[in-house]
Amino acid sequence: MPVKNYNKSELNKEMIINVGPQHPSTHGVLRLVMTLNGEVIKDTKPVIGYLHRGMEKLAESRNYFQYLPMVDRVDYLSSFFCSAAFCYAVESIAELKVPKRAEYIRLITMEFNRIASHLMWVASFLLDLGATTPMFYAFREREDIVKLFEDLTGQRMMYNFYTFGGVKKDLPEGWMTKALDLCKSMPKMFDEYEAIITKNPIFMERTKGVGVLSQEMAVDYAITGANIRASAIDFDLRKTNPYSVYNEIDFKTHLAQNGDSYDRYRVRIAEMRESVKIIEQALKQIPGGTPEKLKVKSVNCGCKNEDCEFCGFDAQLVGKKLNAAVFKPPAGEAVSMIEAPRGVITCYVLSDGTNKPVRVKWRTPSFSSVQVLPELIKGKNYSDLMPIFGSLDVVLPEVDR
Amino acid sequence: MHDLYLEIFNKLGIPTIFAEITWTVIPFIFVAILLILVVIFLVLMERKVLAWLTVRKGPNRVGPFGFFQTIADAIKLLCKEDIMSKDTNKILFTLAPMIVFAPIMVIYGLIPFTEKLVAINLAAGLFLVFALSSITTVGIVLAGWSSNNKYSLLGGMRSAAQAISYEIPLIIAVLSIAVLAGTLNLPDIVAAQAGGASDEIFLNWNIFSWNIIPAFIGFVVFFICSIAEVNRIPFDLPEAESELVSGYNTEYSGMKFALFFLAEYAAMFIMSVLIVTLFLGGYLSPFNDYLSITLFQNVIHNQTILDVFVHIEQGFWLVAKTYFVIFMIIWIRATLPRLRADQLMSFAWKFLLPLSLVNLTIVAVFKYIVTLAQT
Repeated sequence: MPVKNYNKSELNKEMIINVGPQHPSTHGVLRLVMTLNGEVIKDTKPVIGYLHRGMEKLAESRNYFQYLPMVDRVDYLSSFFCSAAFCYAVESIAELKVPKRAEYIRLITMEFNRIASHLMWVASFLLDLGATTPMFYAFREREDIVKLFEDLTGQRMMYNFYTFGGVKKDLPEGWMTKALDLCKSMPKMFDEYEAIITKNPIFMERTKGVGVLSQEMAVDYAITGANIRASAIDFDLRKTNPYSVYNEIDFKTHLAQNGDSYDRYRVRIAEMRESVKIIEQALKQIPGGTPEKLKVKSVNCGCKNEDCEFCGFDAQLVGKKLNAAVFKPPAGEAVSMIEAPRGVITCYVLSDGTNKPVRVKWRTPSFSSVQVLPELIKGKNYSDLMPIFGSLDVVLPEVDR
Repeated sequence: MHDLYLEIFNKLGIPTIFAEITWTVIPFIFVAILLILVVIFLVLMERKVLAWLTVRKGPNRVGPFGFFQTIADAIKLLCKEDIMSKDTNKILFTLAPMIVFAPIMVIYGLIPFTEKLVAINLAAGLFLVFALSSITTVGIVLAGWSSNNKYSLLGGMRSAAQAISYEIPLIIAVLSIAVLAGTLNLPDIVAAQAGGASDEIFLNWNIFSWNIIPAFIGFVVFFICSIAEVNRIPFDLPEAESELVSGYNTEYSGMKFALFFLAEYAAMFIMSVLIVTLFLGGYLSPFNDYLSITLFQNVIHNQTILDVFVHIEQGFWLVAKTYFVIFMIIWIRATLPRLRADQLMSFAWKFLLPLSLVNLTIVAVFKYIVTLAQT
């Protein structure tokens, strides 16, 4: 390597610092090559790929049912969403109908997953800012949600719960009561965070007006999710393009005006509150009601009528039982888009009629969020890296796939 | 005590010169033991209180209620390999933890723990305390620079910037105490806080003549600045775990790291003791007389034994008040996020400095009125 002839003034001014891939607050293994002038960030180059697992390539050598458990690993904090994205794509190729009860169970689990993911975000964001307590508070509530998932799916993180055409299991007995109780207690917990965080002058000083994501920039970089809603762009797939049964649920999307880190925080807190309301509605509206009731009613009814409330199609869990070995969707392609906690997660599946997909492509929201980072932190203080990068809610496995 | 000590040496037939030399060493041995005991307890307390504030259990495996956790940690640190990377400046790298640690140890000798328990009683003790506590910053900057690590360098530089910002309001807040007490001698400063506001039955409690009453703003400024002095959240910029990995001590391991750690907690204790000494009446009881005198003067007629009781009680009051202050510091740590470096500076220069000047003015006027009233 040729030795560069530094002139002295240049040498004294700038310092290249390597943040990550092992650093306490890069949320996994992001590496940022930063050029600092004093503590002012001149330039940033994100280096991704340290967690690349070849998710897309792996799909080509596995049949659909073999690939299904791996899908959860695309984003470990919102496994249900990745799973749903893949399921919806395959379902639309194979033209499988999903029973309403399964859709409701999907919706409930997804919204719970959204809260859990946002809680994790609150924890890590505040930890990045140097506050330790909110992390433990957030994990306390996340634990309750994770326990519900454990009851339901047997897993705490990689659930592998959805299947093509529905879900794998019915809700266990007593699960809905537990979920309702949690929904009642959770807004109080959010009040607790807001008491310790939202009006905290140091928190406000660190995040207000920091990392302002303008509307043009957000659209140019294809930012989605809470990040774009904090910049006052009303884009929520649950509203604009309702998948699952979101059209039967009454809910609001929350916007903020400034697009800074503080607004992104506020939008996420509001979304968590909204998710609780969605879950409460869904638990009331779910076809067939509680599993205990449904079991008794369907045995007593036994009419096998398609439109029956208790033993018809909508009260089933899976639309059509599929044989994993011989499941071959017809040739075709499909894209599904899901409003995940971090933004729109898109799954493209191309099928040639065999039991293996030809191509699976994931478009993940964190990838765009990482792209916008250099522009957001240019010219800022090094300490601003954390409030900006943390507020974008990046999960690295999702970036690298 | 000194005579007794000399006599022991005479009886043993050792030249007096050795006695004179060792006499000065004894306080430091006591100070070192005290410091280590304090830190061991403090670390455990911090972990327990933090655990309580963050809905956890805290250390509870080693010994009853985890009492020996800190000792286990200390043994672990002592047994660890002392790593020094290739391009470090080896002399400065070794020297830095000592420069951080030694001044704090000296400060322990200057503090009046009870009326008579002062290792070094200097006329300008207060001045020396703050002169010494500023030296630790030099050690941190050296540690950051000599580590040959960019994070450490940033941490060290931040430490220097931070020290310049908060030390001025800190010293001006202390100045008000010098005005109130009319002396820089620490035992005298404590003694000046005795006596109460007047001779009446309730107002003659010591609590009414503590410096915190005229210099309340100064107390607040001093409290905030002392948190910055010991590099704790929300002013832990030189360490800033989530930004600078671990700041100036990133490259340190083993006993050198333990020295930084020891110094940090020892400094936290000593700053709390200083807050108590300067503003909260030091070892004085908050009541008009020591409890042991009130309770036992009719029971125990031997003046020497009563004195021993009073001494123990003075120590108790100092420790109790100090741990109250430490609890506040831990509480703040559990509540607040970290400030940005430039925010800390503007906070110190634009807010704390004017506030400390206001405090100085108020205190000076107060002192003038009191002096007028007395004459």
